[in-house]
Amino acid sequence: MSSRERILGRVRRALADVPRGDETPPAPERPGRYPPYERAVTRDYLREHGDRTPAQTLDLLAGNLADYRAVVHRTDAGHLVEVVAGLLVSRGSSSVLVPPGLDESWLAGSDVRRIADRAENTPHELDRVDSVVTACAVAVAETGTIVLDGSPDQGRRRITLVPDHHICVVRAAQVVPSVPYALERLDPARPLTWISGPSATSDIELDRVEGVHGPRVMEVVLVD
Amino acid sequence: MSGTFVGMPAFPRAAREAVRDATLRGNLRHATHTIRAKRAKAVAEVSDWAQLREAGKQIKDHTLRHLDHYLVQLEESVTAAGGTVHWAADAAEANRIVTGLVKETGESEVVKVKSMATQEIELNEALEAAGIRAYETDLAELIVQLGKDRPSHILVPAIHRNRGEIRDIFAREMSGWGRPAPEGLTDTPAELAEAARLHLREKFLRAKVGISGANFMVAETGTLVVVESEGNGRMCLTLPETLISVVGIEKIIPTWQDLEVFLQTLPRSSTAERMNPYTSTWTGTADEDGPRAFHLVLLDNGRTDTLADEVGRQALRCIRCSACLNVCPVYERAGGHAYGSVYPGPIGAILSPQLRGTASEIDASLPYASSLCGACYEVCPVAIDIPEVLVHLRERIVEGGQVVRGGNKVVLQPAKGHAAERAAMRAARWAFSHPGALRTGQRLASRTRRLHPRTLPGPGRAWSGTRDLPAVPAEPFRDWWQRTHGKGGPALPRTTPGAGTPAKDSAADKAEDKGGDR
Repeated sequence: MSSRERILGRVRRALADVPRGDETPPAPERPGRYPPYERAVTRDYLREHGDRTPAQTLDLLAGNLADYRAVVHRTDAGHLVEVVAGLLVSRGSSSVLVPPGLDESWLAGSDVRRIADRAENTPHELDRVDSVVTACAVAVAETGTIVLDGSPDQGRRRITLVPDHHICVVRAAQVVPSVPYALERLDPARPLTWISGPSATSDIELDRVEGVHGPRVMEVVLVD
Repeated sequence: MSGTFVGMPAFPRAAREAVRDATLRGNLRHATHTIRAKRAKAVAEVSDWAQLREAGKQIKDHTLRHLDHYLVQLEESVTAAGGTVHWAADAAEANRIVTGLVKETGESEVVKVKSMATQEIELNEALEAAGIRAYETDLAELIVQLGKDRPSHILVPAIHRNRGEIRDIFAREMSGWGRPAPEGLTDTPAELAEAARLHLREKFLRAKVGISGANFMVAETGTLVVVESEGNGRMCLTLPETLISVVGIEKIIPTWQDLEVFLQTLPRSSTAERMNPYTSTWTGTADEDGPRAFHLVLLDNGRTDTLADEVGRQALRCIRCSACLNVCPVYERAGGHAYGSVYPGPIGAILSPQLRGTASEIDASLPYASSLCGACYEVCPVAIDIPEVLVHLRERIVEGGQVVRGGNKVVLQPAKGHAAERAAMRAARWAFSHPGALRTGQRLASRTRRLHPRTLPGPGRAWSGTRDLPAVPAEPFRDWWQRTHGKGGPALPRTTPGAGTPAKDSAADKAEDKGGDR
């Protein structure tokens, strides 16, 4: 008998006391549509905490990002170019990683050397790049979280991991109030990275310290 | 100190040593009290905590009730997404599978994300025996590995170490594993984190094989989720060419939507944050982004045995947040090592004896490593009634009975060490059903009370060794009642007397049931 059969057999015997039958739901057709299962769990928790206008939601995102030591810059579409250029200058970056589908105009104000995100780049090469600029898929106000999904304007997961400085541009329309709204917008088939502030650890005396393996400086440019 | 838990002494002996260690107690007290207050604040921020907790419990219970269904569904969805699924009935099989997969790549080193499952099966030791070096990359795991130590906390395995001790370990040991600690390293946490960053970076950048666990596996999509803080998880999950994840079969959740509950409750319970710095999700392999090969090893290793216990199976709801450790008065004083398992604290006290069985001294003693205060149940984000399971396991150890071990039904004999306890309980049962004998005994006890020893003799010594014997009153309650309320005293509402039993005895018995004699 294979271990697969052995384990499944043990599970079925272990559950002999539980009434079975109709209750077992069929495989779902697609995420989120699963009536028999939806009835099995009481979901009377809140979709979001509090009642906010879109502007207040943006403020909350900015506040929560800053609370976990991300550096937040608020601007409008007209000034985005100079803000991004200014951040690269003040960081003293000489090179910047650019995902293939990034809006080219965002970097138009900067003459920093651009490095394309390509499959051939080795981790060691990425380690020599100073900064990375990306867009995002979704931002979550209640938790101060940016989610990347590997779309062309965000690039491979490793480009936002190895360089020490990450500039992420968030547009107002991408901001959702809470985790339930974020999951609804995201495609589970894509590799996702949820980022809430720069890399941190609580491993020394259970006290939070920023800056371990991921980018130690996380700058979020919030465009409204 | 050895790197494994084999041959651990029973909890009381290990705990007695631990509580004498003033540094350890100071470290634990500081850390647990820091996190307690923060967790309470993070939980208070969400007004629907009770509803989220209940939904989390229901999701996990539902999944466990249909575990066979969801395991098959997960296997299908992971395979469809380009992953390969392996099944491991026990630790030895899981280690064999992982070792074989690493060998196939031709590599002799791997980088690891902190994972309870791989600690549980002692994968690092198995890899080492096969000539493969495993580098732990979580800061606390690194501290434990460099210090040749054992983990003592689920979330923060080096919680028993303070910053000064960590500095010393880094300065002494890092050079033996790779890049040495920087000259003049101080004990500020930021500098220690920087030293770990430098030490591990060269390993991340050259790694070809990564090994992880997972916090959740989504059956409908085949998605795995790793929740972390430092970025070492992201490094191990994205830079290597091959990724091997070893995950307990109870980590399944049915749907993508279910994450909305646990991604709210886990970070707040665990590190007391609204959200942890990094969460990675991946579904099989992705084109030119991350590992080209993904292997999922589904681990049983005692989980189906635990599932067979109608009361104990709720322990499988655990999402390893460690909130129960941080609030536990016993954990705070005894520390994690005394529990003799990678799962310490209240959850460990119910999980280890179920996963491993109660044959060893340490496992048989774990259900007693609690004062049953219930703080653990209160903070648990999936509402595991830990005290209920503790009492259930105690009963099973004392009384014996049928359990499932390795998929087979076996009958446990009543534990030997509890003969005195059983005898005492039998004697108590007899005495309480013979009021005359009870009265005589109580009078005798009161009259001889000045002669009573401070500890019990013989087999009772073990019991009185950690407890004060209750003081016997100068006059038994019944005599006092007779004297002050008996004949001519204030009348009491009386229950119907049983056949042949004097009514006054019945009333006195009732008062005694309420503890009126103390």
